[in-house]
Amino acid sequence: MNDEAWGVPEAEGGRWAFGTGFADPLHGVDVAVPAGVDGAELARVCVALADDALVGAQRLAEWVTRAPEIEIELALANVGLDLLGQARLLYTRAGQVDGSGRGEDAFAFTRSAPEFRCLRLAELPRGDFAFTVLRLLVLSSARLAVLERLAGAADPVLAAVAERGVAEVAYHRLFAAEWVVRLGDGTAESRRRLRRAVVEVEPWLGEVVDDRVGAGLGVAAGAVRAACARDWRRVGEEAGVRLPLPAPWDRAPGGRAGVHTEHLPVLLAELGSVAREHPGAAW
Amino acid sequence: MTGAGPELAWRVAGGVADPELPMVTLGELGMVRGVECDAAGGVVVRLAPTYAGCPALAEIRADVAAALRAAGFAPVRVVTVWSPPWTTEWISAAGRRKLADAGIAPPGPVPARGGGPVPLVLGARRPAVACPRCGGRETEEVSRCGASLCTALWRCRACREPFEHLRGV
Repeated sequence: MNDEAWGVPEAEGGRWAFGTGFADPLHGVDVAVPAGVDGAELARVCVALADDALVGAQRLAEWVTRAPEIEIELALANVGLDLLGQARLLYTRAGQVDGSGRGEDAFAFTRSAPEFRCLRLAELPRGDFAFTVLRLLVLSSARLAVLERLAGAADPVLAAVAERGVAEVAYHRLFAAEWVVRLGDGTAESRRRLRRAVVEVEPWLGEVVDDRVGAGLGVAAGAVRAACARDWRRVGEEAGVRLPLPAPWDRAPGGRAGVHTEHLPVLLAELGSVAREHPGAAW
Repeated sequence: MTGAGPELAWRVAGGVADPELPMVTLGELGMVRGVECDAAGGVVVRLAPTYAGCPALAEIRADVAAALRAAGFAPVRVVTVWSPPWTTEWISAAGRRKLADAGIAPPGPVPARGGGPVPLVLGARRPAVACPRCGGRETEEVSRCGASLCTALWRCRACREPFEHLRGV
């Protein structure tokens, strides 16, 4: 493909999709780390939040061509696209501040499962529609609580990504919450499916509500738990199901420590297959 | 390049059509935040992306750079500005009119957000959106997500036509 035909700026070398291609999403942003900010801690937070988003986006993308209606398919794909956009910015930021100089593709495609720091709930298989919307409600309630607080972070890049992300994730939460209510308030079958989904997500909730991902950057302990308690009670009352708030988590190593379910390596194998088969490919 | 640089650069960058919504320009969408010209004919343009995941972002940047180069600027730098974030409030009156003329209901006002948590409001009636075809107010939301990241699907009960609505964010 001729660069000129695409009208790609010379400086960007015509790179466009994987391996190829996406231009740096932080292109032209001042990348200096402010004094007093611990670059390693900043990178850890960015990677964890990006991993939640990338893995969550991949699960949502699995609905494409399989959703019950085309509107639902578009909605799920668009939620995934929002998350993918957040992941790209956060990986890029992490590579700038962790001293490695890695780009977003290196984070997304060349790490093995134990190097990922996503919550395990995000990596569980797609499940049915009830599981999908319930998981989205759980993860977006928690993510929103973290992003709301990181919007005031000392690092201006993370703060800007978080501030923009708040509007996006608040919308994901509303979309998921409204569907949880419709399923809970729908037919006998939809209620049965929703109740089954509650049972399926329950073992993984502790890691979500007691997540300390932003603690080193000033996200108060208990902020995520309080936000989840408020949101889930509200949705549960409308939907006629109880979304249990788990007892304080026992801190057994979980996704944030690189301990994952058997499902993550399979997801990553598919996600990175093109990148591995054609390293550095450009088209 | 003469002293008319900044105005010309602003006009050229702002006049580039949005690839997803080609009926409006980047200027009308409020994506152009600033231009700086130097004496040697170079220009730096500050662009605010709409959504972090907007797949058109690289294309928009390329279009802006190509348009500025065609207008005689060199070198051209396009700088991304994430803060303050773009919202639909940045869309100009002309942009809103052109969206409506093209059958896309423009966004309504967005309530200002304080520093606190975003409340979860269930079952709220969506603010009425006028049908861009017949002007009817008897409309309903079909789906919160439309064909692109920034639109929702609506339907008019009066003229029975479906239409897109640019979501207020």
